[in-house]
Amino acid sequence: MRKTVTSMLAGIGLVLACGTSVYAQDKELTIFWAEWDPANYLQELVNLYEAESGVKVTVETTPWSDFQTKAFTEFNAKGSAYDMVVGDSQWIGAASEAGHYVDLTDFFNKHNLKEVMAPATVKYYAEYPSNSGKYWSIPAEGDAVGWSYRKDWFEDPKEMEAFKAKYGYDLGVPKDWKQLRDIAEFFHRPDEKRYGVAIYTDNSYDALVMGVENAIFSFGGELGDYATYKVDGIINSEQNVKALEAYKELYSFTPPGWAKAFFIEDNQAITENLAAMSMNYFAFFPALINEASNPNAKATGFFANPPGPNGDQFAALGGQGISVVSYSQNQEEAMKFLEWFIKDETQKKWAELGGYTASAKVLESPEFQNATPYNKAFYETMFKVKDFWATPEYAELLIQMNQRVYPYITGGQGTAKEVLDALAADWNATFKKYNRVK
Amino acid sequence: MATAVMTTLDPKSRSAARGMSDLSIRNLFIIPTIVFLIVFNIFPLLYSLGYSFTDFRASSPAAANFVGLQNYRELLNDLFIWSNFAITAKYVIVSVVGQVVVGFGVALLLNRDIPLKGLLTTLLLLPMMLSMAVVGLFWKLLYDPSFGIINYTLGLGSFEWLSNPDMALYAVAITDIWMWSPFVMLLSLAGLSAVPKHLYEAAAIDRAGSFYTFFRITLPLVAPILMIAIIFRTMEAFKTFDLAYILTSQPTTEVISIRLYKMAFQEWQTGRSCALAYIVLIMILAITNIYVKYLNKVKER
Repeated sequence: MRKTVTSMLAGIGLVLACGTSVYAQDKELTIFWAEWDPANYLQELVNLYEAESGVKVTVETTPWSDFQTKAFTEFNAKGSAYDMVVGDSQWIGAASEAGHYVDLTDFFNKHNLKEVMAPATVKYYAEYPSNSGKYWSIPAEGDAVGWSYRKDWFEDPKEMEAFKAKYGYDLGVPKDWKQLRDIAEFFHRPDEKRYGVAIYTDNSYDALVMGVENAIFSFGGELGDYATYKVDGIINSEQNVKALEAYKELYSFTPPGWAKAFFIEDNQAITENLAAMSMNYFAFFPALINEASNPNAKATGFFANPPGPNGDQFAALGGQGISVVSYSQNQEEAMKFLEWFIKDETQKKWAELGGYTASAKVLESPEFQNATPYNKAFYETMFKVKDFWATPEYAELLIQMNQRVYPYITGGQGTAKEVLDALAADWNATFKKYNRVK
Repeated sequence: MATAVMTTLDPKSRSAARGMSDLSIRNLFIIPTIVFLIVFNIFPLLYSLGYSFTDFRASSPAAANFVGLQNYRELLNDLFIWSNFAITAKYVIVSVVGQVVVGFGVALLLNRDIPLKGLLTTLLLLPMMLSMAVVGLFWKLLYDPSFGIINYTLGLGSFEWLSNPDMALYAVAITDIWMWSPFVMLLSLAGLSAVPKHLYEAAAIDRAGSFYTFFRITLPLVAPILMIAIIFRTMEAFKTFDLAYILTSQPTTEVISIRLYKMAFQEWQTGRSCALAYIVLIMILAITNIYVKYLNKVKER
């Protein structure tokens, strides 16, 4: 008996010894991101890094709905499970103030990334506080909200004729929000199981807010003054009231059961012949031009978020920067990886694989702009994007906005003015609580 | 005193041969459990009570400041929190009443000699053996307005179960009733089979009607065990999270535990969420106490 135990222990010891020596030889890096196509493209990209440097890089993912919770749980526990994280743009305040991210200002300046990357991506993914010259992330996946539409429905002569007769102008890609509304109304035919438009409505994270932002920003509105935290008269401005009403009206042209829709549902609206137009992040458009995932791939077109009534044209920013986690035990390796990641040829490869590079040079190249039917719209959009608050208490602001806006959009409760006034009061109270305003 | 009631160790047993006393064996079994309870239950419970009086945020390195009863005061003055409680109460009532009616009804049907009774009972128990997340995901498909089998079977066209704010909570409750009625059924069945047959025979001799027999014999005798089922289900329904979270994101289905989760793990308001958790705990304790009092009363009868 004793012999058996001794030999078992020896065996276990041997396994451990071998394991440690193998571990010591291979350096490994783990990048944490949400579960979506770009994360798969990133895994393909980092495989090239492994081939070059011998360092194995794994992209670990979790569904979007858990992404924020899981990442911050790990950060708060000062866990070293992830060496780098491709974190959402609005996390940057919370993560930098709490010391979860490594300060990348020196790295940023050394490589002149302020010039190398597109300006909006530097402003929203990397810098915090605004205009401070302190950088916490390398812009990795540029993204913004755009639109896809059914070209075959739009180009059908009968539809074109009927549209012109009804609205007095030609059916085509909407030139402003008014036309977007008209086209949505025109194609909304519940008895034919065809609907006007697919928009974001899910209130569990930032989907609905992003959708509403598209309207607000293009109507010339803002969420608040990000430098002074003033919201009164800004979030509840005249333009924002009109924008919210316009978004609510679009909701009435959505397919049935559209009260918890995000990127999956919005792409399904096109692939399943449900809607004429669909709002979505550019990051999800590769699936729409792929015939394996979209039977209507050839008949799908794309356009940038149209201007509002005064000609302002903006879109809600998505996308993420890549940051080094302060608790990682491989920070040096992670910095080496970033050196490789920002190289022009890596960024070019990243774009080829389907990632949305933030590299200005790649974005501006005709090669990139002509690579897909939506790259040009993406390039144009990336220079007119705006984002949500990035303060550490952004999650509270987001939930308050969901609480106020969602019942109005999907349930018709209250008026747009009442909703936004109440939201202004909520946000004011939150900023007071954290001593942002007096 | 405790040692006096314990049976003595068999002197020939291996433990006795190793010189272990009854007391040491008792300690061997009990102490780990107590340590486990203290470390993982009692300690966090007290620790979070302390946090509930602070403005602590787990996401921030800033030290926690003592804020007294501010968290409790603000929570109890928050209209959204009250609406979460109202939603939870509505959900508990609909779901528990539904489970008791369906579960007890099925138990009454099964409490007779029918062929394949064992198999039938086992099959009926299947829903409660599934994982909540799985049940949530497939009921989401069943409720789908475009291709869901529920609308198809009932001929409801494209009725929106989950995105209709007035209907969503009932849809979640129906799923919960489907899943947990078998639990009530199982306990009721145990209670029903324990009712002495001679009482029914006596009632039959006295020509008592089935209505009278049910209310005077069956129900009073099953009541204690049914009460236990109700206590369990009320506590569970009050804490419900998974089903409502997976099925829908309507504000009308935001039960208190979903709000608590968001406050604790999305907003990272750790101190305040501890206070909310304590408010919920006190409410559950109060409701359970009322039930237990009633249970004792029923038992005395």
